[in-house]
Amino acid sequence: MDWQGQKLAEQLMQIMLLAFAVIAFGSGYVMASFQMMILIYAGGVVFTTLLTVPNWPFFNRHPLIWLDPSEAEKHPKPQPSANVTHKKKSVKK
Amino acid sequence: MHSVGYRANALLTFAVTILALMCGMASLSDNFNSPSPSAHVQVLNINWFQKQPNANDEVSMTLNISADLQSLFTWNTKQVFVFLAAEYETPKHSLNQISLWDGIIPSKEHAKFWIHTSNKYRFIDQGSNLRGKEYNLTIHWHVMPKTGKMFADKIVMPGFRLPEEYR
Repeated sequence: MDWQGQKLAEQLMQIMLLAFAVIAFGSGYVMASFQMMILIYAGGVVFTTLLTVPNWPFFNRHPLIWLDPSEAEKHPKPQPSANVTHKKKSVKK
Repeated sequence: MHSVGYRANALLTFAVTILALMCGMASLSDNFNSPSPSAHVQVLNINWFQKQPNANDEVSMTLNISADLQSLFTWNTKQVFVFLAAEYETPKHSLNQISLWDGIIPSKEHAKFWIHTSNKYRFIDQGSNLRGKEYNLTIHWHVMPKTGKMFADKIVMPGFRLPEEYR
């Protein structure tokens, strides 16, 4: 799961659980049935688990793009000691 | 949120936290219910009334209890415990309570009832104070919710009197 996917999974989880809680409490209160509230909420938790816990493909739409190893070799990290000597020579000239 | 385990853990903790909140709200919603229960008790007969060898007074009576406790039930009520107590004053104690009958009401359908019974528990005074004693019959009830706070209340029915003589 990539970074965007992790953010999406967490937000989905929180919003869906809260939404199911509101629906469950509302319908339980209206139907005067505590059992109905528990059943709806349990169903919501199971559904949210199935949607946000496994690593679904749609959580991997923003893969990190790393530099190619060969590309890195073409632009080597400049050596600090070599740089310093160059500068000193140029100043003397 | 980087692995299945972390996501499952986060989901479970959040889900249980919300469940606790929902239970709390269910308990709070009981406060919107303003019950109007009614109860009526008749003493049909004093079966016998005697002094035990150890000088305690004991009465046996036939009771007719009718009550409508349906309004106590809300969506968050598991059951209601009801008991009928005889309450009277003696020189030694300002309040004596003796449970004569009790019952558990499991649902709203059973909350309007009518029962004809002799006292389920023995009506014994610790002493011999019962002759001609004036007493109250009180219906007490405890509402046991599925989650949250318990409620208790009572209806006092005054003006009962025991006979002057043993029989």
